[in-house]
Amino acid sequence: MALLKDATSVGRIALRYEIRWHGRGGQGAVTASMVLAMAAIYEGKYAQAFPEFGAERRGAPVKAYTRIGDEPILTRAPILNPDIVVVLDPSLPKELYLAGVKDSTIFLINTKKSPREIAEDLGVPVERVYTVDATKIALEVLKVPIVNTAMVGALVHVVPLVKLENVKKAVLETFPGRLGEVNVLAVEKAYEEVAGKLVEVNP
Amino acid sequence: MAVETKEVKWKRLPLSSNYAIAYAVKDVDVDVVSAYPITPQTTVVEKISEFIANGELDAEMIHVESEHSALSAAVGASATGARAFTATASQGLELMHEILHIASGLRMPVVMSVATRALSAPISIWNDYSDLMNARDASWVTLIAGSAQEAYDSIIQAYRIAESPEVMLPVIVAYDGYIMSHTYEPVLVPEDNTVVREFAPKNFNRFRLDVDRPMTFGTIADPKWYYEFKYQQVVAMRNAYKKVKEVDEEYREVFGRGYGVIETCCLEDADIVLLTYGGIYGTFKEAIEKLRENGKKVGVARLRLWRPFPAEDIVKTLGGAKLVVVADRAISYGARISGPVALEVMSTFYGDPDAPMIMSVIVGIGQRTVTENTVAEIVDYSFRVLERGKAPRETLYWGVRGVSYE
Repeated sequence: MALLKDATSVGRIALRYEIRWHGRGGQGAVTASMVLAMAAIYEGKYAQAFPEFGAERRGAPVKAYTRIGDEPILTRAPILNPDIVVVLDPSLPKELYLAGVKDSTIFLINTKKSPREIAEDLGVPVERVYTVDATKIALEVLKVPIVNTAMVGALVHVVPLVKLENVKKAVLETFPGRLGEVNVLAVEKAYEEVAGKLVEVNP
Repeated sequence: MAVETKEVKWKRLPLSSNYAIAYAVKDVDVDVVSAYPITPQTTVVEKISEFIANGELDAEMIHVESEHSALSAAVGASATGARAFTATASQGLELMHEILHIASGLRMPVVMSVATRALSAPISIWNDYSDLMNARDASWVTLIAGSAQEAYDSIIQAYRIAESPEVMLPVIVAYDGYIMSHTYEPVLVPEDNTVVREFAPKNFNRFRLDVDRPMTFGTIADPKWYYEFKYQQVVAMRNAYKKVKEVDEEYREVFGRGYGVIETCCLEDADIVLLTYGGIYGTFKEAIEKLRENGKKVGVARLRLWRPFPAEDIVKTLGGAKLVVVADRAISYGARISGPVALEVMSTFYGDPDAPMIMSVIVGIGQRTVTENTVAEIVDYSFRVLERGKAPRETLYWGVRGVSYE
């Protein structure tokens, strides 16, 4: 199992994970960043989630950020060198999400392709690439190609940043009623179906 | 007033600063909310509407047709003795400008949150403090929060300050638009808001519109009297300086959190101290802590109280440094020193033979990205200034295209 050793460590501040989300307007990247932070906060951790604020419109590239740590998070700078990159839309130009990545950055991509195919395309070791067909899951469960909750489910399996149950709680809090229930299904399905070698988080 | 220290039970919620403010408005039992939507403020009043619709807050929500009317309605409500609230940003605050002066001149304890945002033209929905700094002379007590938790706490403190008999001025609680207004982070909110309502009881013992005791507000004051009205506002602002500190101390006793008027980090033996305000302080602080580990004698401070300007505390906090660098996010066009807070710090130290050198830097205009690296670059430059022994006589426009400094 690979260790996520190089997670951002700022000064004397304890280990912190910086996640950068890439999607298109309407896919829910901003909500995904929030749901993950909410789950971390329910778990008693410190977290922060914010979008890269643009004049958002459907289909335009969107970025969002989540930081999770054991100590208060003070910085409000955008994440330039992410520990984890999550791509909600495989049609995004790869330059967008390769910007500022480190030798240790982990990639989680919504695609039908295998981690090996994606790794070759991106020019990064296959050990750091994870894939899940979140669009298929979203169409099956939600009947719309909104992949955000599925991607959060896949992410917390790849890197156990927060417990699955807290993700579900955050999803139910964000989407009331029936919509919450089907989104929880999307989380569970993606959690099971994500492909790649699982990562152990430093204690 | 002695306050009994209580054990407060907390809920830890993921909230944006906008939502944190809405929770504070609910917990402090505001009676009237008037609002007109503007980015990035809108989710404040959306959340309040939800609380009212759910029956969690018993208040009147007045949907008005402009910000000028939003503040006018809040002033009217406040005049009846109601606890009134509104929220705005950017062009909205500009459109309110006339009523800003009326609210303070009528001594109405209205509280308003401002999610600070750049001004048109060109249109920018992004953050800076141009809107808030334009309201500097409107006689509003002005707090600038640095976190969602502080935004929550400051709204509650604001009503205590505004409604205290020796102040009776409106209060703005400002914070970074987007950088804070739309950022989710953990916020502690009391399980039971009785403790908040006991901390900030409504002051009905003030001049207000009452059919049984008729009086008139806002009449004409001729040259024989107008000056005295205005001087009373000067005195009220002086009182507010003391009151802001008192209320914060009391709040700390009851709730276990306080902020003072200036927050500091790493000031001990610092040759250079950076001064800034709002949420960006967090980025500065992390950068400075890293530089400290590398042996740089540098510290950082955050101005929480902007009006009244905490001059005594500025001298106490920054007086020991060799160089003070003020990072502003607004421009006073045409001034040689164009950073509004830098100007104020310089005037505070004017004539003091032991004054530090003071340098003015502009950052983050229209939310131009500020990272820890930006801060480190400014610190590098500041150490060169310190070696030369002479601060630039003009403001530095950090990070703008086509301009560089040696």
